[in-house]
Amino acid sequence: MLFMVTYMPTLCCRLWGDHGQDTLENAHVCLINATATGTEILKNLVLPGIGAFTIVDGHTVTGEDNRAQAATELLQELNSHVSGNFVEESPEKLLDNNPDFFHRFTIVIAVQLPESTSLRLGSVLWSASIPFLVCKTYGLIGYMRLVVQEHTVIESHPDSALEDLRLDKPFAEFKNHLQSFDLESMNKKDHSHTPWIIIIAKYLEKWLSEHNYKPPQNYKEKEAFRQLIRDGIRKNENGVPEDEENFEEAIKNVNTALNQTKIPSAVEELFNSEQCNNINSESSSFWVMLRAVKDFVHSEGNRDLPVRGTIPDMIADSQKFINLQNVYRTKAMQDAAAVSTHVQRLLQSLGKPPDVIPDNDIKLFCKNASFLRVVRCRSLAEEYGVDSVNKDEITSCMDNPDSEMVFYLILRGVERFYQQHSRYPGVYNYQVEDDISKLKLCVNSVMQEYNLNVNIKDDYVHEFCRFGASEPHTVAAFIGGSAAQEAIKIISHQFVPFNNTFIYNAMLQTSATLQL
Amino acid sequence: MADAELPEKKRRRIEDLTEKMAVDGGYDWDGRWNHVRKFLERPGPFAHPDFEPCTESLQFLLEMCKILVIGAGGLGCELLKNLALSGFRLIHVVDMDTIDISNLNRQFLFRPKDVGRPKAEVAADFINNRIPGCKVVPHYKKIQDFDESFYRQFHIIVCGLDSIIARRWMNGMLISLLSYEDGVLDPSSIIPLIDGGTEGFKGNSRVILPGMTACIDCTLELYPPQINFPMCTIASMPRLPEHCIEYARILLWPKEKPFGETSLDGDNPEHIQWVFKKSIERAAEFHITGVTYRLTQGVVKRIIPAVASTNAVIAAACSLEVFKIASSAYIPLNNYLVFNDVDGLYTYTFEAERKENCSACSQVPQNLQFPPSAKLQEVLEYLMENASLQMKSPAITTTLEGKNKTLYLQSVKSIEERTKPNLCKTLTELGLSDGQELAVADVTTPQTVLFKLNFTT
Repeated sequence: MLFMVTYMPTLCCRLWGDHGQDTLENAHVCLINATATGTEILKNLVLPGIGAFTIVDGHTVTGEDNRAQAATELLQELNSHVSGNFVEESPEKLLDNNPDFFHRFTIVIAVQLPESTSLRLGSVLWSASIPFLVCKTYGLIGYMRLVVQEHTVIESHPDSALEDLRLDKPFAEFKNHLQSFDLESMNKKDHSHTPWIIIIAKYLEKWLSEHNYKPPQNYKEKEAFRQLIRDGIRKNENGVPEDEENFEEAIKNVNTALNQTKIPSAVEELFNSEQCNNINSESSSFWVMLRAVKDFVHSEGNRDLPVRGTIPDMIADSQKFINLQNVYRTKAMQDAAAVSTHVQRLLQSLGKPPDVIPDNDIKLFCKNASFLRVVRCRSLAEEYGVDSVNKDEITSCMDNPDSEMVFYLILRGVERFYQQHSRYPGVYNYQVEDDISKLKLCVNSVMQEYNLNVNIKDDYVHEFCRFGASEPHTVAAFIGGSAAQEAIKIISHQFVPFNNTFIYNAMLQTSATLQL
Repeated sequence: MADAELPEKKRRRIEDLTEKMAVDGGYDWDGRWNHVRKFLERPGPFAHPDFEPCTESLQFLLEMCKILVIGAGGLGCELLKNLALSGFRLIHVVDMDTIDISNLNRQFLFRPKDVGRPKAEVAADFINNRIPGCKVVPHYKKIQDFDESFYRQFHIIVCGLDSIIARRWMNGMLISLLSYEDGVLDPSSIIPLIDGGTEGFKGNSRVILPGMTACIDCTLELYPPQINFPMCTIASMPRLPEHCIEYARILLWPKEKPFGETSLDGDNPEHIQWVFKKSIERAAEFHITGVTYRLTQGVVKRIIPAVASTNAVIAAACSLEVFKIASSAYIPLNNYLVFNDVDGLYTYTFEAERKENCSACSQVPQNLQFPPSAKLQEVLEYLMENASLQMKSPAITTTLEGKNKTLYLQSVKSIEERTKPNLCKTLTELGLSDGQELAVADVTTPQTVLFKLNFTT
């Protein structure tokens, strides 16, 4: 039993590793409004082990208890290691009296906030560079808006990533290693346990010497290349090809193995960005390391990123596989060391000590160099501003009047309705019918202000009145899960957050991400 | 405050908070179901054509609609909570597992003190105590322990399983409940099946109307067979830390019997520690790095990384479909939703199509094409490896000379020994002829599947 008790605190998710878990445990999340959606979001943060949360909510539940306090107590039960706090104040009051209150948080998540409060809070958090996630459950529509100026991601963990094998540009150590293999003279066992990377490399050498040093270019040539490899399969006394799975693997991998090694365009864009070219004392480690990699690319790297150093598993005997793996690993370490020297040079020029960026961080950065991502969201002010509204995005989506964009537009109309009537449409049965035309007017007035000429179907306006500003638990739970995961991405800097508006249509179970 | 007092004080405080929400003499305080009523009592342009707004719908939901939840794990806990908060009260839950400490970071109906107790029972207790009026009935059983009479009582069945075999069995059970009159399906015999599944940041939710829409087996190719490492890799040429762990688990444990005759228990830290140590030694022999305690546990328990948020999303989608079908307030999902939040949030909704010759729901006799000289072994392998069948340990029987004959059966030792020689015999040697009907039973289906043997030249 004692073993189990001490093990429990380290039950962290294998998906984001120990360092990811550390960022969660050091985070302090602010949730504004402990509604069904709000408590669902927090539940999904408390369970994986967020360090602390603070609920800001001025509303009361039935009886004397404040909603914030009730929610805090129920949530803390879920994980005894989480520190839960509550503030029985409306966010509007806090913005009036003490806007700095929000500066202590890693991320602020607000749920069911009126438009004016969102905009005010958005402005405070934007100036303080604190990520802000706005969520809403309105009937069968879910809404999320991420507001973050600049969010860097080193570990994006892409679903499908191409291997970094450099077969088109073999580095010296690999060529050296290749020389230790003589496919023709090998015995049977070695032949059928040689890694496919070696097989392709060897046959590629042969092909190049016979084709004027031009690799297979088109389908016909790649087929010929595959046949060349197939011909290399050993045959038995009767001339029947043996069962050599490693050769089959080689043939299967020809297409991807012949891919040109090049820097992904997303990374090139980062190299060309202002933050990379203008390194100063304010630059974060991310940009310093990126600049170092860029400098590496233009010197030791010979216009390529540092070698990643990993190879996929493949049919081979242990020794051949481990030796080959080590060739890549060693090269990766060398490249990372070279990048490290560039990092030190940059830090020195900024008057900063070398340990500000640990070696392990640099290694991790180099390993993920192909997958680096930077997410920049527009501010709420830009989204709502008459001069800065993203008209193109809105009108092009609305070419299809059933696009999820229509729900965003009606939500804007709903907020306008609230401003004009101090209530939401259709809350009571008797209001539904009349509110349809009132809501339509509000939606149209918002469209007019932005000079948007789009067709909003009456059926959708009607449906929004039917919703009656309800917060069904199923939709709240969907947004609860989605928002919590985006918050975890922001906190851990792993995996890529959405940019910048997410709409969930529970009626059809569809969704869309819009850039507003 | 002493630590022992804290839990008691907390428990009473929570009971207080929950009680305060109830009104004297009833569960349904004023406004409790407002958010649900809006969808039941108001007409709307997107409601199902059969929908009629009325106040009685809420009563149906609260008092008569019977839902079965299969699984009380990551998805199951979320499903129970969502259904209870949406007005469903007559809920049964089936789960054959007990609570493990590793469940606590997402299966939120369970607390450290519940470790070791049956999941279904703890989940039911929790919901019944916290959500006034809700009557969840737990069953600490396997789904196979029940027959048609049990399943027939439910209006809708929703699955939160982690096993494809169990899904297929459930699918087969509901198909067996269908009744046809003169070849026409009787709609009242259809029990909708809502199925949810998650793996890391990916998940899916689907609505199945047995006999009408694509069933689990219609889309079996969407579940690729799980690949185990080849034995020769594990035995003589490991390359990855996982190979070393499998070596300790599959080869060393049965040989060295470190804890006597006990089989390896993934939940026993002492067992994992032993496997871990042996894996490190194996890895060192081959200069392989990367064996960790956590990886060892993950490989031994076949743990698929799970995260609370994905379960929350998929269970939410599934529960909403239960609500839609029970109330007709909206047209249900037609019929498959895929979710992935690795990079932003991505959903894809499509209509999975029925397979014309689906072995589970098409009622079309399945064909087996083999030359008469083929050995029974080949037929067995086909049943297991074919992507549309993926049977686990099929038992093949047929009728010869008016008598029932078992050709091969694996699950009973004595019969396995008796019928094993048949595997090496050809189909003609076994007395089978062209057009012969073979009945195949397997853990993936509650009913036997009929195959027709077609001899090829």
